[in-house]
Amino acid sequence: MKLNILGKRYLFFFISLAMIVPGLVIIAIHGLPLSIDFTGGSMLEVQFAADKTPAMDDVIALYTDNGINDTQVQFSNSDKGVVAVIKSSSLTQEQHTAIISSLETDFDPNLVELKFDTVGPSISQSVTQRALLAIAISALAVIIYITFAFRGIQHAFRYGVCAIIAMLHDILIVISLGAIGSQLFGWQMDSLYLTALLTVIGFSTQDKIVVFDRIRENSPIMRRVPFEKIVNHSIVQSLQRSINTQLMTSEFLLLSLALFGGTTLREMCIILLVGLLSGTYSSIFIASPILVVWENKEWKTWFRKTKTTEG
Amino acid sequence: MKNKALRNILIIVVVILVILIDFPILGNVKQKIFNRDVTAQLGLDLRGGMQVVLQAPEGYQIDQETLQVASSILENRANALGVSEVLFQVAGDNYIVGEFPGLENIDEVISVIKQTGMLEFVDVGDEYLEPGTVIQTDYTGTKSGSTDSASPEAAATVAPEATATVAATEAAAAGTDTTAADAAAAPATEKIYHTVITGADLEDVFVTAPQTPTDGYAVSFKLKSDATQTFADYTTNNVGKMLAIVLDHKIVSTPVIHQAITSGEGAISGSGENAYTYDEANNLRITLFYGTLPVSLEIAESRVVGPTLGQDSLNKSLLAAAIGFLIISLFMLIYYRVPGFVAIISITIFGLITYAIYLVIPVTLTLPGIAGFLLSVGSALDANILQFERLKEELRRGRNLQQAVDLGWSRAWPSIRDSNLATLITSAILFWFGSTFGASIVKGFALTLAIGVVISLFTALFVTRTLLSSIIDRFKDSDKAKWFGI
Repeated sequence: MKLNILGKRYLFFFISLAMIVPGLVIIAIHGLPLSIDFTGGSMLEVQFAADKTPAMDDVIALYTDNGINDTQVQFSNSDKGVVAVIKSSSLTQEQHTAIISSLETDFDPNLVELKFDTVGPSISQSVTQRALLAIAISALAVIIYITFAFRGIQHAFRYGVCAIIAMLHDILIVISLGAIGSQLFGWQMDSLYLTALLTVIGFSTQDKIVVFDRIRENSPIMRRVPFEKIVNHSIVQSLQRSINTQLMTSEFLLLSLALFGGTTLREMCIILLVGLLSGTYSSIFIASPILVVWENKEWKTWFRKTKTTEG
Repeated sequence: MKNKALRNILIIVVVILVILIDFPILGNVKQKIFNRDVTAQLGLDLRGGMQVVLQAPEGYQIDQETLQVASSILENRANALGVSEVLFQVAGDNYIVGEFPGLENIDEVISVIKQTGMLEFVDVGDEYLEPGTVIQTDYTGTKSGSTDSASPEAAATVAPEATATVAATEAAAAGTDTTAADAAAAPATEKIYHTVITGADLEDVFVTAPQTPTDGYAVSFKLKSDATQTFADYTTNNVGKMLAIVLDHKIVSTPVIHQAITSGEGAISGSGENAYTYDEANNLRITLFYGTLPVSLEIAESRVVGPTLGQDSLNKSLLAAAIGFLIISLFMLIYYRVPGFVAIISITIFGLITYAIYLVIPVTLTLPGIAGFLLSVGSALDANILQFERLKEELRRGRNLQQAVDLGWSRAWPSIRDSNLATLITSAILFWFGSTFGASIVKGFALTLAIGVVISLFTALFVTRTLLSSIIDRFKDSDKAKWFGI
């Protein structure tokens, strides 16, 4: 047991917090960067030739002329020109037609309308509610399943709870990434983002179970060994698999998708990449250490000055 | 494993079978077996088109049956308007999701939804009209006086297709004969027919079971009291003539009036070869009763996806996936050597089987669906890696190859089983989530993930294990360091 991963557990907890907190601060200031999928409204994506792109103020003025006052415009460069993403409250069909024809006559007669989505407020509300419900039910189902699958060893329930705590960690990482991305690249949390988040959740529990499986296997064999050492040994044993699987599932596939794949999927791939990495990270550095913290009941010593547990 | 040969044969049979399904060979045979073209169904995001989510106005409580009815009416209308491959599906408690591939103009979608179905019972005299014929009537929204239709000039030819008979409910029991001899086939185009009653006069419509085994199902109707007299007078004077059921000026069916209906209750039934099945009768009931949509629907959400964007993404993403797979193959070969080679074959078989299942079900491929598939590839790889890591461990402990392969498998199995089952549980919840509110994105993702996880269990534990134990006989234990990369 050369590697002592668990000894530095509070350092890893701190690293995770350092990744999560900035995103949460951004959300506290700017709110969640929710797309119209969740807030309701209209989103128009138009591609202009590079030299015929309207200025942001022109677009906002055009919308104001059509009676829309809450317009947000973002431009991004693509290989075929400049893509403008225009978010506003719901447009009627007439307003939409009027805006497109104005853009054509005033700026680029050959503009390409890539996308026009309108989502009503009531449907977006039910999306959000059901998404939260789906996550809550998934979490509960996973706790129940893990408790059942680990019924042979002591405190099976803890494994389920720790898997879910680590899963929440992964969710927070992904949300934090989304918030940072919204500030840097104008990302929005849309239904694809939600899909990515749900994928991370699925992968996260899968990965926790593989690592916990080693503890389940080692526990009866290493009866006399302290729990902390069993866990550390199990982590080290499954480390090679963790690294290889992580390389296979996310690094190779998702990285090539993010780099060479279509633009539609790029944002999703980056979120998945980080989310799945976090899923593997949290199996080793969050879920298993928390098991040990729980076993040692370390919170009793957290507020004392002596550092007995930190190695 | 005693039955190693048997397992290998089974793998070969499965591979041949899925290759036949996957690739465009034996198209005719497949069409006969599956009753449709076995080709990949691309989702809206890959082929371009429009998606709308329809919703009843707030405060309306509607049940599943009503939604189902509205959905099928909308689909009929869209087909009647010539909009191709439109799909309407009920999603959750109060949504209908409509998908219009290749369509980008919301006005066309609105025309499908806003079209008001109007049902009329029209006096056509002796003239049999084919279903689908468009006619003009004198009904303009208010009850006008009777405008007698001119007698048909078309030559009376025998029309054996004449399908139904209108009869008083009591008479229906006696069995009905189709009097089709004097029906005329060719409709006069400019003629204006007289509308006897409209769909608004119907109080209730229901399907009644066959009276005798030779009868089909019948559609019984009950008229509102103020229309009863009108209908009684008309049927009394026109026994033996025809009464066409017309929806939106199109003939639905042209039954013969068998006898006067004075009670306001009647039945429409076929006979002999034209007897209605339950589904046919029920469709007619829906048309009669819900000629107009049972609920008013509004567009809650609409999305347009440009086909260029979708195509661009598809081609690039396929290329990206190919590159990713190439890197994975190289890594597996270098790191795991012989087992790595087996894993590549196993993953290829996994891909072939999964794609065949997508074609057979069929699963509509969307970008998130492909993402779900790729994640399941990861899951399949993980199952292989778990086995190989255990295999290496056992080899390092000095076991011989055969023992190591068997032990590696049995040690890896609990973690593969539990982790994949947890993923299956999650994807089931996602699938429910996706179908409940019509997020086809989430649904497609969950479905491909779930299929992938199940197949990956099969390939990792059956294909990988069988191939590996078949192949190890060719390697000496002394060479294991070289061939198994320990």
